[in-house]
Amino acid sequence: MKIGVLALQGAVREHVQAIQACGAEAVVVKKAAELADLDGLVLPGGESTAMRRLIDRAELMEPLREFADSGKPMFGTCAGLVLLAKEIDGQEAAHLGVMDMTVARNSFGRQVDSFEADLDIVGIDAPFPAVFIRAPHIVRAGVDVEVLCEYEGRIVLARSGPFLGCSFHPELTGDHRLMQLFLDMVENRELLPTEAHYSKI
Amino acid sequence: MSEKGTDRVKRGMAEMQKGGVIMDVVNAEQAKIAEAAGATAVMALERVPSDIRKEGGVARMADPRITEEVMNAVSIPVMAKARIGHITEARVLEAMGVDYIDESEVLTPADEEFHLLKNDYTVPFVCGCRNIGEAARRIGEGASMLRTKGEPGTGNIVEAVRHLRQVNAEVRNIVAMGEDELMTAARDLGASYEFLREVKLLGRLPVVNFAAGGIATPADAALMMELGADGVFVGSGIFKSDQPERFARAIVEATAHYQDYALIAKLSKDLGPAMKGLEMATIGAADRMQERSW
Repeated sequence: MKIGVLALQGAVREHVQAIQACGAEAVVVKKAAELADLDGLVLPGGESTAMRRLIDRAELMEPLREFADSGKPMFGTCAGLVLLAKEIDGQEAAHLGVMDMTVARNSFGRQVDSFEADLDIVGIDAPFPAVFIRAPHIVRAGVDVEVLCEYEGRIVLARSGPFLGCSFHPELTGDHRLMQLFLDMVENRELLPTEAHYSKI
Repeated sequence: MSEKGTDRVKRGMAEMQKGGVIMDVVNAEQAKIAEAAGATAVMALERVPSDIRKEGGVARMADPRITEEVMNAVSIPVMAKARIGHITEARVLEAMGVDYIDESEVLTPADEEFHLLKNDYTVPFVCGCRNIGEAARRIGEGASMLRTKGEPGTGNIVEAVRHLRQVNAEVRNIVAMGEDELMTAARDLGASYEFLREVKLLGRLPVVNFAAGGIATPADAALMMELGADGVFVGSGIFKSDQPERFARAIVEATAHYQDYALIAKLSKDLGPAMKGLEMATIGAADRMQERSW
């Protein structure tokens, strides 16, 4: 199994290590051609506005949407979650827009409000340690979006068809169970629901 | 139960900056230009290093109005500088909610003997270093991110290269050492034994290390990435160039694609003059900012 990590900016190394620790092959992706023979793609944490600029300038937006359209799984953490969302609170345009949800950026506050907490995640034995850094959260989840975790009433992890997104940074801890959950989605791709899939308008 | 200000939260914030460019800005307008160009954070200050150098006088924390303006103007993280050892400036910046504090030798030190005890704060700190000993001491005090010092405000990359090569060579030495050699290295480097053990175990520094102090062109930024920096700080290089928007965009792109040389050629074309820059030999020992702090 070959998993790409979008490597324009952010916590790339940590995701590569998590993928390898789970026994899959990790590939860093900076160009469209490098998406070619991947089975899944991770959109790492970083700064979503900076990543978007670099996606545009590397002409990666359409190739990434095509990747999503093909039904290959994508996993976004923090900035990656923002990239996946169909709508961003207070912002006119979204980025990839493949997951039917609205995300609010920096919604837990500034860096001094960043925190660690243990989470209860559907399908994973509690506790799951999570690091939230200037984190976003999901303020609206579409009907096809399955909520996998809430923290203090806010949705922080969700899945929709081939897409998995979280507010926090599983890559900053040594706990690879969420990455394993994503790799299981890649492994069993044909079993994933497709209705929730991004539909071109 | 949640916990704020842990090492993981403070160091993790710097991990999210990796591969990115942090730009010095002196007002909201510049901050917006930086954000639009793809900066991963901005550093709010009153004067960029080259102006501090030129105008002289005591350089202090910026007027809170400037920092506040910048914080309101952008959604990316905002960093700000406090003088070395100036507890109150640091606490003021923390109270204002800045995302990262740079305890910086670019400002005139408030304390020539003691740095801040950065472990005491919820807000994370970045500090300068020229070698692994300085790196170890700053991390020991609680810095969550490092930057090699270079020589700020010169537009001359030579010191930035020297310091990054020095730190990385020392890291390689530590990794190659036998366990029984570490204590003597700790004595010689002025680094704690525990720190050196951690470096040996990880094979790298335990926190993110950016390059700073003299980066003026896209090729300069890419060079620092090539040499192993996790990202770059650009101070005077952008807003002292003739076309700040284009310089900012080109430096961001060159940093992300630092081994795509054809792209860097394209990005560098017709950018117009970079900041003029200073030859190191023309800077007297007393004017070298890198010598401030130990």
